[in-house]
Amino acid sequence: MNILQVEALRKSYGELQAVKGISFAVRKGECFGLLGPNGAGKTTTIRMLYGYTPRDAGRLELFGLDIDRDIREIKRRIGICQQEDSLDPDLTVHDNLVGYARYFSIPRQQAERRAGELLDFFALKSRAADRISVLSGGLKRRLMLARALVNDPDLLILDEPTTGLDPQSRQLLWEKLSALKGRGLSILLTTHYMEEAERLCDRLVIVDHGEILVEGKPTLLVRERVGHSVLEVADPDQAVRDFLAREQCRVEDLGNRLLVYLDDGDQLFLKLTREVRTEGCTLRPAGLEDLFLKLTGRELRE
Amino acid sequence: MNWPRPSQISYRTLRVWQRNFSVYRRTWKISFLPPLLEPLLYILAFGVGLAVMVGELQYAGRPLSYTVFIAPALVSVAIMYNAFFETTYNSFVRMYWQKTYDALLATPLNLEEIILGEMLWAATKSVIAATLMGSVISLCGLFEYPGALLLIPIAALGGLLFAAFGMICTALVPGIEMFNLPIFLGVTPMFLFSGTFFPLENLPGWAQSLAQLLPLTHLVALVRGSALEFWSGSLWLSLLYLLAVTAILLPLAIALMVRRIVR
Ligand SMILES: Nc1ncnc2c1ncn2[C@@H]1O[C@H](COP(=O)(O)OP(=O)(O)O)[C@@H](O)[C@H]1O
Ligand SMILES: [Mg+2]
Repeated sequence: MNILQVEALRKSYGELQAVKGISFAVRKGECFGLLGPNGAGKTTTIRMLYGYTPRDAGRLELFGLDIDRDIREIKRRIGICQQEDSLDPDLTVHDNLVGYARYFSIPRQQAERRAGELLDFFALKSRAADRISVLSGGLKRRLMLARALVNDPDLLILDEPTTGLDPQSRQLLWEKLSALKGRGLSILLTTHYMEEAERLCDRLVIVDHGEILVEGKPTLLVRERVGHSVLEVADPDQAVRDFLAREQCRVEDLGNRLLVYLDDGDQLFLKLTREVRTEGCTLRPAGLEDLFLKLTGRELRE
Repeated sequence: MNWPRPSQISYRTLRVWQRNFSVYRRTWKISFLPPLLEPLLYILAFGVGLAVMVGELQYAGRPLSYTVFIAPALVSVAIMYNAFFETTYNSFVRMYWQKTYDALLATPLNLEEIILGEMLWAATKSVIAATLMGSVISLCGLFEYPGALLLIPIAALGGLLFAAFGMICTALVPGIEMFNLPIFLGVTPMFLFSGTFFPLENLPGWAQSLAQLLPLTHLVALVRGSALEFWSGSLWLSLLYLLAVTAILLPLAIALMVRRIVR
C-alpha cells in the first residue's frame, strides 16, 4: 500500500513555477528520497504535503486520506522535521518534546514516557535540562528529529536533515535513521547529499526546476544512466583525446579533466594506461553524483 | 483575504495558550514585579508629587482626589500595554525568529487556532496585570468593592481588543522596528488623550469627539466607573463600543495573519 500518493502537484510563486506537476508515491516501510539542487522545489513540495503551503493543483493522499478532507488526521499521523530549526528556545530540551506532544493531544504520562525513550535513542538524556541556545547544530538537529517522532508517526518527513552538520553528527543521524527504517518506519527525505541518498533511500526521484527527471532505485539508476564505472583523466593532452576518440566511448570534456563513462570491465582503462599514459588516470565505480551532475548540469545554483 | 470560519477553531487553540503560559510560569516572579510596583511608583509620582498642584477635581459631578482619578487609568493603560506588546514584539519574535508558528503548523493545529491562541494569551496577560495592579491599589484603599471586581472581565475584553490591534500590526509590519509607527500614532496618543490623566471635558469639543473613537477612552470609562462605583448609563455604550470593535478586530487580525504567513 502507498503511504503517500502525490499526483501532478503544482505550485507557483507569481511568475516562478516552483513545482511543475510532480507525481510520486511512497510505499509502506520504505525510505523515499527527493534529491535535487538548491531551489529545485523540494521544500515547497514537502510544505504542500502538510498544508503549510496551499497547492495550486494536484492530488495529495496520505494513508489513503485526502488532504483537503482529513488534514488534521493526516497531520496527527506524520512527523515533520523542517529544514530550518524551529525548536522552542523558551523551553528546555525535555520540555520541547513534552510540550510538542501536547499539540497532538498526547496524555502527559505517555508524553513523558515517549520523551524519555527519544532522549535515550538520540543520546540526549544528559542534555535534557539544557536550554536550546546552548546546543550545537548537531544536537539541535537530533532534537528536531526526536521531536518529529514524538507522536509516533506513520510517516516521517525530513527536509535536508543533515545540511550544515559536521561529519560526526551526520554519521550519527544516518545511523539513527537507518535504525528507524529497520523498525519499519516509512520515511520521505529531501537531500542534496549523494552519500545520504545512496545510504538511506530505497527509491528516489531527482528533481530540478520543479520537475522530476528520473525515478528509481539509486544503484539501478546509476547503472542504467551512467554506467558501471568512471575513468577520470586529469590534465588530458592531445594523445589521450585522440586515443579516446578512436575508442568511441562516452566522454565528457570538462576542459582540464575528462570523464569517461564505462559500461563494463576495465579493458579501456588498462589499454589507456599501458599505451598512452598512466599519471592522472583513475578508475572508480560510477555513483549517484555522476548521475546527479549529468542530469542537473554542472553550473552553480543559488 | 479569507475570513476565519468558526468551524476552523477547535479546543486546540488552548494548546497555544498553554505553551505561552508554561513559558510565562518559568519567569513569573519577574513578570509579576512590574504590575505590582508600577502602580506604587505612579501613585507616588502623580498622587503625591503632582496632586499637590492639581488638588481635587470634579468627575461626574463629584469631587475626586487626583490620585483616585488616575488609579483606574493606570490599570486601563496596563491592560492595553500588556496585550499590545505581547501580540506585537513577542508574537513577532515567535513568528519570525523563533519559527514557533512553523513548528506548530506541523502538528494538528491550524494557523487560525495559533493566532487566536496568541491573542487569548495576550488578553490573559492583561487580566493578570489588572488583577495584580488592582490588588495593590485596593490595598491603598483607592478602589470600591464589589465594583472593582468587574475589572477582571473588563480586562479580558480590553485585553482581547488590544491583542487584536497588536496582532493586526504584526500582520502588516515588514520588520520589528516598524512597531514604532503604531505606537507613535496609536498607542501613545491613546495613553495621553483617553481621559487617563485629565478628564476629557478639559479638551476642546472637536478633540473630545475624536477621543470618543479611541478604544482606550471607553476602557478607561468602564474601569473608572466600576472601580470607583460611578455608575451611569453611558457605561453600557462604552461596553457596546468595545464589544463591537473587538468583534471586528479579532477576526480581522486572524485573516491578516493568514494572509501574511500562508504563501
Ligand atoms: N515563499 C516563497 N515566495 C517566493 N518564492 C519562493 C518561496 N518559497 C520558495 N520560493 C522559490 O521557489 C523555488 C523552490 O524553492 P524550494 O522549494 O525552497 O527549493 P529547495 O527546497 O529544493 O531548495 C526557489 O526558486 C525559491 O526561491
Ligand atoms: Mg529546501
